[in-house]
Amino acid sequence: MKPPARHSRENGNDVKRRKHENMTELPRHTRLSGLEPFVITPDLLFVNVGERTNVTGSAAFKKLIKEDRYDEAVEVARQQVENGAQIIDVNMDEGLIDSEMAMAKFLNLIAAEPDIARVPVMVDSSKWTVIESGLRCLQGKGVVNSISLKEGEEIFLEHARKVLAYGAAVVVMAFDETGQADTKARKVEICARAYKILTEQVGFPPEDIIFDPNIFAIATGIEEHNNYAVDFIEATREIKATLPHCHVSGGVSNVSFSFRGNETVRGAIHSVFLYHAIKAGMDMGIVNAGALPIYDDLDAELRERVEDVVLNRRADATERLLELSEKYKGKKGAAEVETQAWRDLPVRERLSHALVHGIDAYAEVDTEEARLLSTRPLDVIEGPLMDGMNVVGDLFGAGKMFLPQVVKSARVMKKAVAYLLPFIEAEKARTGDVGKSNGKIIMATVKGDVHDIGKNIVGVVLRCNNFDVVDLGVMVPAQKILDAAKAENADMIGLSGLITPSLEEMSHVAKEMQRQNFHVPLLIGGATTSRAHTALKIEPHYKSPTVWVKDASRAVGVAQSLISKDLVNEFMAKIRAEYADIRERHKDRGPAKRLVSLEHARGQAFDGKWETYTPSMPNRPGITVLDDYPLAELVERIDWSPFFNTWELAGHYPQILDDAIVGKQARELFDDAQKMLRKIVAEKWLKASAVIGFWPAARVGDDVELTLESGKKTTLHFLRQQADKPPGRPDFCLADFVTPKDSGKQDWVGGFAVTSGIGIEDKLEEFGKSYDDYSSILLKALADRLAEAFAERLHERVRKEFWGYAADETLANDELIAEKYRGVRPAPGYPACPDHTEKGTLFALLDATRNTGIELTESFAMYPTAAVSGWYFSHPDSQYFVLGRVTKEQVEDYAKRKGWTLAEAERWLAPNLDYDPE
Amino acid sequence: MNNNLPWLNPERTQLLLDALAKRILVIDGAMGTMLQSYKLEEDGYRGQRFAEGKDAHGQHEHHGPGCDLKGNNDLLSLTQPEIIKAVHMAYLDAGADLIETNTFNSTTISQADYHLEHLAYELNREGARLARECCDAAEAKTPDQPRFVIGVLGPTSRTASISPDVNNPGFRNVTFEELDTAYRDATRGLLDGGADVVMVETIFDTLNAKAALYAIGQEFARRGARVPIMISGTITDMSGRTLSGQTAEAFYYSLRHSQPLSIGLNCALGASELRAYVDALAQVSECYVSTHPNAGLPNAFAEYDETPEQMAATVGEFATSGLVNLVGGCCGTSPAHIRAIAQAVRGVAPRALPKVESQAA
Repeated sequence: MKPPARHSRENGNDVKRRKHENMTELPRHTRLSGLEPFVITPDLLFVNVGERTNVTGSAAFKKLIKEDRYDEAVEVARQQVENGAQIIDVNMDEGLIDSEMAMAKFLNLIAAEPDIARVPVMVDSSKWTVIESGLRCLQGKGVVNSISLKEGEEIFLEHARKVLAYGAAVVVMAFDETGQADTKARKVEICARAYKILTEQVGFPPEDIIFDPNIFAIATGIEEHNNYAVDFIEATREIKATLPHCHVSGGVSNVSFSFRGNETVRGAIHSVFLYHAIKAGMDMGIVNAGALPIYDDLDAELRERVEDVVLNRRADATERLLELSEKYKGKKGAAEVETQAWRDLPVRERLSHALVHGIDAYAEVDTEEARLLSTRPLDVIEGPLMDGMNVVGDLFGAGKMFLPQVVKSARVMKKAVAYLLPFIEAEKARTGDVGKSNGKIIMATVKGDVHDIGKNIVGVVLRCNNFDVVDLGVMVPAQKILDAAKAENADMIGLSGLITPSLEEMSHVAKEMQRQNFHVPLLIGGATTSRAHTALKIEPHYKSPTVWVKDASRAVGVAQSLISKDLVNEFMAKIRAEYADIRERHKDRGPAKRLVSLEHARGQAFDGKWETYTPSMPNRPGITVLDDYPLAELVERIDWSPFFNTWELAGHYPQILDDAIVGKQARELFDDAQKMLRKIVAEKWLKASAVIGFWPAARVGDDVELTLESGKKTTLHFLRQQADKPPGRPDFCLADFVTPKDSGKQDWVGGFAVTSGIGIEDKLEEFGKSYDDYSSILLKALADRLAEAFAERLHERVRKEFWGYAADETLANDELIAEKYRGVRPAPGYPACPDHTEKGTLFALLDATRNTGIELTESFAMYPTAAVSGWYFSHPDSQYFVLGRVTKEQVEDYAKRKGWTLAEAERWLAPNLDYDPE
Repeated sequence: MNNNLPWLNPERTQLLLDALAKRILVIDGAMGTMLQSYKLEEDGYRGQRFAEGKDAHGQHEHHGPGCDLKGNNDLLSLTQPEIIKAVHMAYLDAGADLIETNTFNSTTISQADYHLEHLAYELNREGARLARECCDAAEAKTPDQPRFVIGVLGPTSRTASISPDVNNPGFRNVTFEELDTAYRDATRGLLDGGADVVMVETIFDTLNAKAALYAIGQEFARRGARVPIMISGTITDMSGRTLSGQTAEAFYYSLRHSQPLSIGLNCALGASELRAYVDALAQVSECYVSTHPNAGLPNAFAEYDETPEQMAATVGEFATSGLVNLVGGCCGTSPAHIRAIAQAVRGVAPRALPKVESQAA
């Protein structure tokens, strides 16, 4: 838990610089701390308090806490600190949350993150018990937000003494027994009274007192509200002049509340308000500083009218601002008003602007202009284009730009480079001069797998950072990868894969690299890969650097560390130690994860209450093909959250569109997606097809026996959980959801395969020709979403009509996404039934390749990738579950049932083995 | 906090404040190193009181012969008081102004490792009483050099802001409330036994220290009187951070609300490695600054081999540079080290307290 050494922040320096000889006086500054000191000196001017880790202020954060998604909540805190919050405000005041517990849990979690814990925490609650719960978790000196005289002096004194005993500074609200202060006089009166009590009766250091004299909404149409901003500003001036050493803070967004929905005007109000309040002495605030326009940059007319409102300068100020605000409605910010102004800049800056903003319209014109000004065509790439991409890389690295923007930037870059290529070739032929790159990387989706969205994104990001990427495509056999690496003299190899059998294939590639005496680093990525798998199953096979790359945003850092002679040793020492540690921990996994015997697990199988259960017979038994399914019907069924995740934008739809950090980007991406979707539907870019089938079924142990129309039998094989569960909680197996053979009741099982990716190649090729990675990744991601929507829509129709066991079901789309319906549709290869080979049985039953055009690879991946297949179970208590690990005993049993050798079973079930096979 | 309370022992506190205003004071050295030379075995640790495999003074019988007490140095205050007194006397003879009680692990939390949590209060009271006896005896011999008992509150064996489980960073094996309770007991014992000051020391995790200071404050409030508080943290390695990740400056800011008499650093590093961090504290502290480093860094055999002369030279430079007000030794130091350090700082002006900007504008 040793945090990395890090340079001390600047803030404490004016104190530090004093040498002891002349240290005659220590200035009375507020001295807070996280892991690092934070001294509020006058030259800081204004302290930014991060506001996103506040459930009352951020719907997104509230949702994360309510859903117990603390990992993501921690990331919100991290982003705030990265974006410059000097203190983070944490608030858990929400009726449905155990606020005391949530406060402690969250603070304990961020205490383990040195990047977050370096700043002080503001423990924010209107409940004292929550504040106390938070204070008991803070090793640093934080701030309590807030206490007040609302409940009288006695409680105020008690709380203030406690705050002092816990070692925190305090925000005091201008609130007393008669209410919240609204006028200047009341604000000043209450703050002065509180100050006197705190400094004289409690011995509270005056520099640790922060007053919040209440910022209220202005321009509400109610006349008494018109002077609220002036009251705050003037009270601030008076408080700072009369109560020495204290600070004044406030929640700024309140002031513009009546203009919600109009971000341009709200931003202008905040900016003008802060301008005047800071001049009056306000020196701290809960504010989204990144989103604030600069006072001087405000449109003069807007600024004047906002100023009229904020300073209450004329009676008709509100009407005049309302009138003007119409003009800004729906606009996202001032920056976008002057979209064409950048065209007047010098060509170098135009290229940089185009790259940073992902505008490809002028790429060729500007590149040509730059080329004419350069001695060699290569200079354009190595000069202005690389400069621009470096800006992009830096912004992305700093979390100020997001993946979709980077991909758009890359599109501009690609276009420019493509334009220059013939000139460069000509130049090369003439001089033999070759450009320099950061390094060359071979990338491939491994044999048996066809998924490549993630790999393509990584390729784009690496190219943006001047890596030479040779992409071998999908389903690439090990030897082809290694041959290409040799032929291209590559500096590293990157493997990608999405389905679980690809993990095995990656181990195989690693072994081959070792056997063939390779030394270049090996990068591992893709949805099912993990640090643990890489450490346990890949890295041990290859002696040269082997590194798991979590996502596209990490790819550049990893590649650069590996390529740099200065960094590689230290970097690899860290990685190797980490992996060795994982292996060590894996070795002595605790008894908590102990599995029960197969017999024991079967003994606590799920009980379908068969005596009282009557299975439903499908309305349409046998096979049904739905060819060329209307896409329009699927669009509204799309579950958008995973779409944003593909682009590494964290959050849930639709809240993500208004997210403070990624909202703007999410909205742009969403708009682009909507535009493309309309074209996909109108111009029939894609064709959707499906096949479903239902067969009489009976459970036989952990298998299910199906009877085909021909009378022939087919057996489906399933695996059973072996977790050590308390009585009453079953160890599930999908077979449990089917009536046993000896029950005398006829049950049914269904199967399906859907795709919405037929014909996608033509469009992808078209995009490839115009170097448009953005559109090609967008199309693939949308096709995936459509396939999922198709599976969801079809399942609904199966429940209501084809099988018909829930004919009267009425659920809204979000309820559908939340899986509130009866029955499940688990897919072979996924958590409840991880054996991909069962997909072979499914496809045979459905004759799926002939009926839909979906093909299976040797690893049972589906092509087109925009495809979903699985089983249907109808039992009312059937549910999704994660199989988890299984013992050798069950693997042996399963091998017997499947007619496999033990080794075969171990290969296909590798990710689920609870033991290391021989 | 509690700065309005009167001193518990106004005269002794005044003596201490006067001495600090005049000179650099010397704290004693290691207890553990000295005890090793007695080569005590299990029966030595048990003494008569625990010889029968149970506490002859109490009803607690659960620590049978199977539960080793060897290594529980704090227990020696009860079973071998003469040895503890001999160590104290050796340091007082070497010139120490302040003696640390043998109570580093005397909290319910740390004693739980020996199933002796019920002895926590008694260990603190007796630890303080032994040191008191020795200081009084020494002071009688050298009346112009008053000697003070530092009641020691150690870090406990647990950390309130670090998870012991790498896979579960939000987990804690001790809470603020549990630490508060444990430290209140210990403080009560130290004050009942006659400590002149209390020192929260060898702080790995600042949250533990905050709980200790909270507990001390509550105990002061209960008594309606206080004694001066000393605080000493531990920079665990050359990263310049505590184990819980704080810089020296952040560490001070987290604890200065307790208005300590002194802030300082001890243990883990030798004096020369500690210098930068002691300096950092000296630049920002409105209270006195202390340090009691180890005798260098441990060698390959985990022994400390910095000689008294070497250590005294380094610590002496701290003094002449005006960084410190109290100096002493931690792991690996002996009366010879303390004697050498006392000589090195003799006559050197102590670090002057900075004048803090007044409250009024």
